[in-house]
Amino acid sequence: MTIIEQIITSFIASAAFVIIFNGPKRSLFHCGLVGMIGWIFYFLLESNGVDMVLATVIAAFSIAIASQYFAKKYKTPVIIYSVAGIIPLVPGGIAYNAMRNFVQNDYNLAINLAAKAFMISGSIAIGLVFSEVINQIIRKSKLKSIVNKTH
Amino acid sequence: MEMEKQETYDIMAVCLLAGKIMLQSGAETYRVEDTMMRIAASFGAYQSHPYVTPTGILFSVEGSEPTKTKLIRIVERTTDLEKVAEVNGISRKISAGEYTIEEAYKELKKISESGSPYSLWIHVLAAAISSGCFLIMFQGNWGDFIPAFITGGLGFLSLLYFHQLVPIKFFSEFSASLIIGLQAHLFVSIGIGGELDKIIIGSVMPLVPGLLITNAVRDLMAGHLISGLAKGADAFLTAFAIGAGIAVMFSFF
Repeated sequence: MTIIEQIITSFIASAAFVIIFNGPKRSLFHCGLVGMIGWIFYFLLESNGVDMVLATVIAAFSIAIASQYFAKKYKTPVIIYSVAGIIPLVPGGIAYNAMRNFVQNDYNLAINLAAKAFMISGSIAIGLVFSEVINQIIRKSKLKSIVNKTH
Repeated sequence: MEMEKQETYDIMAVCLLAGKIMLQSGAETYRVEDTMMRIAASFGAYQSHPYVTPTGILFSVEGSEPTKTKLIRIVERTTDLEKVAEVNGISRKISAGEYTIEEAYKELKKISESGSPYSLWIHVLAAAISSGCFLIMFQGNWGDFIPAFITGGLGFLSLLYFHQLVPIKFFSEFSASLIIGLQAHLFVSIGIGGELDKIIIGSVMPLVPGLLITNAVRDLMAGHLISGLAKGADAFLTAFAIGAGIAVMFSFF
């Protein structure tokens, strides 16, 4: 039951985010799918006791792969898909708790939480870097072949 | 000679317009530079050097005549992924040789003048729905769905309103998150909402700088250090504004 709930809400939330960012209407469905894939990976790993940081890396990587796939298939910039997927992974809850503890003068707990939020942001970055590396390799080879052909 | 000179200027105008639209709409720096180089190469200017930062574009074209360089300033930045996709499509068509320089310029002009594909209320509704969904994703109760829906929607509406009132991003984000905090507190104190924390976290999600964070990382990794740091600083400021708004609410109660 919980998993169905999570699948539906993550799909809708990601698609709604693309509307906020003025994304193309035809890619709303695919953006929702990317967001759903990433969140389900994260949710399943995290609820089975995998460390949050590792779960985020794997989820971000799956988002990167799915985004690259849709971007190549529909010839749209990859950012449209990856943004929709990344948003649910942003450690909003932890950052919020850190801020709350700062205000309530519990600096030890606040610093702990802030460090955790920072680690999770870093792991999103690592997941995205993988996508970037793949993307750059493909792009470089394509651009070269275009310039060589027309010269 | 004179003809050739004019043509180089025309090519530069097309490239700069494409770059400007993409940068203003929230594309990554490397994509802007890549698109400008591709367009220039397709029109015959093989040696071009775009230098793109979030606040301006320098573009220089080398050829048989002396090198020409132009600079344009980017003042306003919004998020409009549809325009990024459209310019990308036009760049593909130019590469395929489907457009002449004038046609390409006209098409790009059309894109730059077109408005948002969604109306204001659709945006607010999307923010409201995503707030509610995020509440459920963060293990909230279904009973808190409606409070998060209303709080997130009104929070996003107030972000747009304050931004129109005073065009300082920090101020509008701070006020919006303060309003979200106050609303959430109100809902919990009159007994409609259950968990204050979950409602607030769900409702501030539409304000979270997700696109900026993603772009900052991608720019840094692609070697665009200045753009990456600038966007990272922008994202940090937004996160700080949201946190400060919520913190002020907590200091009231």
